[in-house]
Amino acid sequence: MTTTTVASFEIKHHQYLDADGKPTQELPAFAKDMDKMRALYRDMALLRAFDAKTYALQRTGKMGTYPASLGQEAIGIGYGDCLTADDVIVPYYRSTGGLLKHGVTMKEILQYWGGDEGGSDFSVAKEDFPICVPIGNQIIHAAGVAKAIQVRKQKRAVVTEIGEGGTSEGDFYEGINVAGVWNLGVVFMVNNNQWAISVPSAIQTACETYAQKAIAAGIEGIQVDGNDIIAVRQVAEYAVEKARNGGGPTVIESVTYRLCDHTTADDASRYDDKDVKDQAWKNEPMVRLRKYLEANKAWSDKDEEKMMAEIAKEVEAAVEEYMAIPKPGPELMFDHLYAELPEMTKPQREEAIARYKNQAGGAK
Amino acid sequence: MAAITLIEAVTAALAHELEHDKDVILFGEDVGKNGGVFRATDGLQKTYGEERVIDTPLAESMIAGLAVGMAAQGMKPVAEMQFMGFIFPAMEHIVTQVARMRNRTRGRLTMPMVIRAPYGGGIHAPEHHSESTEALFAHIPGLKVVIPSNPSRAYGLMLAAIRDPDPVIFLEPKRVYRIVKHEVEDNGEEYPLEACFVDREGKDITLISWGAMMHETLQAAEKLAAEGIDAEVIDVATVSPIDMETILESVRKTGRVCVVQEAPKSGSIGSEIAAEIAEHAVMSLLAPIGRVSGYDTVMPYYKLEKQYMPTVDRILDEARKIMEYK
Repeated sequence: MTTTTVASFEIKHHQYLDADGKPTQELPAFAKDMDKMRALYRDMALLRAFDAKTYALQRTGKMGTYPASLGQEAIGIGYGDCLTADDVIVPYYRSTGGLLKHGVTMKEILQYWGGDEGGSDFSVAKEDFPICVPIGNQIIHAAGVAKAIQVRKQKRAVVTEIGEGGTSEGDFYEGINVAGVWNLGVVFMVNNNQWAISVPSAIQTACETYAQKAIAAGIEGIQVDGNDIIAVRQVAEYAVEKARNGGGPTVIESVTYRLCDHTTADDASRYDDKDVKDQAWKNEPMVRLRKYLEANKAWSDKDEEKMMAEIAKEVEAAVEEYMAIPKPGPELMFDHLYAELPEMTKPQREEAIARYKNQAGGAK
Repeated sequence: MAAITLIEAVTAALAHELEHDKDVILFGEDVGKNGGVFRATDGLQKTYGEERVIDTPLAESMIAGLAVGMAAQGMKPVAEMQFMGFIFPAMEHIVTQVARMRNRTRGRLTMPMVIRAPYGGGIHAPEHHSESTEALFAHIPGLKVVIPSNPSRAYGLMLAAIRDPDPVIFLEPKRVYRIVKHEVEDNGEEYPLEACFVDREGKDITLISWGAMMHETLQAAEKLAAEGIDAEVIDVATVSPIDMETILESVRKTGRVCVVQEAPKSGSIGSEIAAEIAEHAVMSLLAPIGRVSGYDTVMPYYKLEKQYMPTVDRILDEARKIMEYK
């Protein structure tokens, strides 16, 4: 039998810093700028402190279910650092890092996870999507946003994010497929943190990488060490520039590890392997970056102490703002349903308001 | 002014909005060069270009999701689902995103879009091509569901649907795509949404319907007139949210009412109308509310289609029963 190869592919893995913070190859220019690297370290530290505080709020009954980003901070901070205000993020529930970098406030994020849609009425980043909860929808929304940008001949990138488990959804394939065929300016960030709640990567796909799923859509797929913020930022910047300038979409798989539970409602000790997790702690992104900074005489214990104190204050201030948000009234269920509430529904609005007033007035 | 069919009226309205609003963008499967499998978008790509009338890959969830992304950017997408029977992959986006985005963001991102789909039975179509599932959409807060019954309404309601700041599911009764022609002036004048149309005034009984069934219902009213029964006929048109005021006013006048629909009976638009009448006008009723509908069965393949669909005779039987009630 004679055959010819009509298609073949390879997936490149990018890493600049190893787990000890040692360069594995010539570093990009930004990585030699210690002010820049200190700023990225601080962004990650803020995200980690914010997550920890939010966890604590949940445990004390002041917060709803919350998904942290522990161990995965380099992803959102990495791509978020490449964006301008004109770009659009179409986030999922573990995109806190990217949203914070894009100007969404800690207060808004707390308000949202605290059970109030008002938190998604972003005061900055007004074109960013609210956090997508159903798995995978955001992939197609990002393609739609990018189509509008393309039709209007604008130079703006769209970044969306999904977990590795989410890439099993039909929406993932439908979204990257149309992005490929229409050459849309989208960066699809796949957070491969090894777990879809309790389902490990090994039973999520038979692919060697998630990046190679891009090949089926005819688009570029790249794998990065998701614990190496230099690699994430460098590849994300390439993809964002490409998206802005008509170069089309990219899938970036960031290989990392979910060091936290899926959400506050989960208990990962039921299914994960302690030895594997202990090992993952050795690979996590902040230790690595700190070692790199220290090796370059750009960080000290004193810097760490000062930064942590500042961050704690910032987070505390955001929590205070969050706690001071007035409780939403029932009219809010109705007032943003349509531009104008249907006649049929108006009596329900009046009823809800009246009942609420009676409860409030009757409360002792 | 020209006499045009319902589907030509849809095309005329789409063309009018493409012409006058640069944010309007059409897309779906086969809508471009082919002009849609029913020809609803015939010639539009040629006139308005491939960037505004777009053939998509074959994926309905993607079509609805793209509309979400475009609408959030302030465009006015008009997406076609080739048949209502294929809309279900898109349900996730319609229910969890399209209907909710304005509320989810407290008005920051809105969804001014139209999702069009031909629907209903009676054309000997393949399996899965003939259902009437409008109630599934009417049940979802945040959506509007609009069904034109004739060419003028298709034109005026489509204009209103595209211009509406909220998402509209626009269901086109394909059985009557080409059965009648109306003189429709292409003047850009819209009809109001959330408004019923009183197509025939009468004092004895109110017949309520929408979509293709309006044709049987109006024929039934003519036959009743010959029997000395003066029927009022209402076209609901926007089946969600419903203009109940017009319906209740009519029921208070006639005291007798029959709802006619092609959809299965249970949990339907007809159920909702009957419940609203019971809630707000029961004391005006001189007879129990009647309903003529499809059966609570799977929509049959076409050998049994005629047995399923309500007919003029079924409407007459029910109307006479209501009139005879003492």
